[in-house]
Amino acid sequence: MKFKTFAAFVGPSVFMMVLFIAFPLISVFTQSFYVTQPIYVSVEVETCTPGFLAPTCLTEIKSLPKLDDNGKIIKVTKFVGLQSYRNVLELGRAWEALSAGKWKTFQTIDFWKALRFTLTFTLITLPMVLGMGLLIALVINNAARAIKGPVIFISLLPFIITPVIGALSINWLFRGDGILTATLEWWLERDIALFAQAWTIELLMMIYRVWHVAPFAAIVFYAALQTVNQDTLESALLDGANRWQRLKYVIIPHLMPLIIFISMIHLMDAYRVFEEIIGFSSQGYVISLQWLTYDLLTPDQAGNRSISRASASAMLTMIGIVLILIPLLRRTWRDQRGSA
Amino acid sequence: MTARALRQPFILRLTSATFLAFWCIVAAFPIFWITVMSFKSPVDAFSSNALNVIFGPETLQSGSGLSLFDIAMGIIVLFFTARISTKLLPQMVKSYSPVGRVWIGWILGVLALALSFLVVFFGILPWVLDLLNPILGPFGRDVVGLTVEHYKTVWIERGFINNFQNSLLVTAGVVSISLTVGTLAGYGLARSGSSLAFWILIIALAFRALPHSVLVAGYLPVFINSAEILSPILGENAPTLYGKPWATIAVLVAINQPFTIWMLRSFFQNIPAELDEAARVDGCSHFQAFRRVIMPVMWPGVITTGLFSFLLAYNDYLVTSLLLDAQNQTMVPAIAGMFNRETTTTDQVVAVAAAVSITAPLFFLVMLFQRQIVSGLTAGAVKG
Repeated sequence: MKFKTFAAFVGPSVFMMVLFIAFPLISVFTQSFYVTQPIYVSVEVETCTPGFLAPTCLTEIKSLPKLDDNGKIIKVTKFVGLQSYRNVLELGRAWEALSAGKWKTFQTIDFWKALRFTLTFTLITLPMVLGMGLLIALVINNAARAIKGPVIFISLLPFIITPVIGALSINWLFRGDGILTATLEWWLERDIALFAQAWTIELLMMIYRVWHVAPFAAIVFYAALQTVNQDTLESALLDGANRWQRLKYVIIPHLMPLIIFISMIHLMDAYRVFEEIIGFSSQGYVISLQWLTYDLLTPDQAGNRSISRASASAMLTMIGIVLILIPLLRRTWRDQRGSA
Repeated sequence: MTARALRQPFILRLTSATFLAFWCIVAAFPIFWITVMSFKSPVDAFSSNALNVIFGPETLQSGSGLSLFDIAMGIIVLFFTARISTKLLPQMVKSYSPVGRVWIGWILGVLALALSFLVVFFGILPWVLDLLNPILGPFGRDVVGLTVEHYKTVWIERGFINNFQNSLLVTAGVVSISLTVGTLAGYGLARSGSSLAFWILIIALAFRALPHSVLVAGYLPVFINSAEILSPILGENAPTLYGKPWATIAVLVAINQPFTIWMLRSFFQNIPAELDEAARVDGCSHFQAFRRVIMPVMWPGVITTGLFSFLLAYNDYLVTSLLLDAQNQTMVPAIAGMFNRETTTTDQVVAVAAAVSITAPLFFLVMLFQRQIVSGLTAGAVKG
């Protein structure tokens, strides 16, 4: 294919990716070093209240945003270097709390709190998703042919549901005296408040995520189980391998590339955990890195968005993504170069 | 010998079947339960007794319920609709649609079926049942509480229909544009072995991993001030991109591109290159070969990719909630707003009804396109 035709085919797609992915990335990077603020001027304001004989007057110095001729607030953008990063990281406070051994104080700083949750969430759900996925795949594979279709249909439901709605529906089952909380209370014969402390909320979020992603892993594994080499299985059988050994030494190695594939997809997606925070409205207890950026981007009570801090937090989030991406890119590189 | 040696002991089969049943219940229960909740009065919906939620005594007392006869008739109508859509519809489409334009037949057929189902199920059936119920004695008496009041509140009073239209606009835009742009790119990338194509793919993979909030942080300041930024070029007509559905569509298409081109490329690689080479020998240009030879055989891949684009646009919360203003809001952010209002239990059940309304189209989507979704999931995985 000539370069010109190739460019004509690929052009529109590349243009969109450059305009809406690469370019914003650069602008986030620069934004994180600048702050846009209104100019404040100190004005002496005299407020008088009517009083007996003479009105009582009070003069105070207020700082008010400077207005231009049209009555609009004048804003200036100035270079602040790493200040926004310092505001997000609060290194001084973090270090003080850590060196004093006060983990609780350390966890009051939003960024570190979010980082702690994002990492625990990602690392704990990963083995759970792989394990559940493999189990479901094995039992679907084991089921009678006639019920495989309906079972796959049901299994797809948690995967396909809107993440916010999925989290909400789990939330409704447990919130307050929701049906499952009531069942748990009846079973354990004690009062349970699942939304009163952070760790139970985190647990529910992890359960939700496994419920949501395990079907994906299961279907990929199930498809791969169809292509397990029957001859190898048979020879393993003849050599006296029991069921467990066949699973461990024949089936799992066959699935290995897919296990790696799913782990990487899951690491990428779980690191971006966000919808759970909305669905469980847990921002009071648990927040994630992506939610932190989102929150800084939403207007506060005064209607201001802290774009600069959001950019800094976004760039810090990116560091994790880069770390996750390196092995993935290396693997794809090898595969594609090998096949081409 | 193998067959017998491979036969599983009873205990193993039992455990496997039990776990399968357990998983099916876990997978379906939350969705089933919120559907049941959405039809009950608030007292029943949030009752801690499961039977109360299912049978809804309070709802029944307030005068809305279903009799055994209602339930039987409803099941009959549903059953016949299912039969018609799986047996009769494909036949009709095959025999009546114009040659080579089967998809028009499918679209018309599905629309007609959906419309007539809605008319029969929600229009004619309740009217007939209202007439018959008083005559039937015990079979006509209400036994299960059920009310559609919350759906009325959501769709009519709370203006959810607006959000629905916005969602429809955004999703339709995203699916059609990202497929058009994506198929061209996917074809180009699949047929070109150059190292440029390789680099585009690698960079696209890196882009796929980006958290969406990072990208939105890049758009927001530009979108809000776009009128000022663009005015030197466009003059007075420079638009403010913030809050505009088409700007959001463009953003979602771009975010979706990396995934789309990877998936379509893997589908195109399965179409033998000899096919377009033959067309080229016969004197077609690359574009003609693409349009006349490849397009007719690539539909399965395009439909599958389209489904995943649909899901991305339909399910999105982060991008749409930040880039659209309240009046152009799509369904998912709108419902989160409803939920977070945290006022009365009635409001909560209304939010549940809204959640079920959002989920229903997805349910039918899986029903219709189960095979395509599964093939899409595995295609990405096997190709890596």
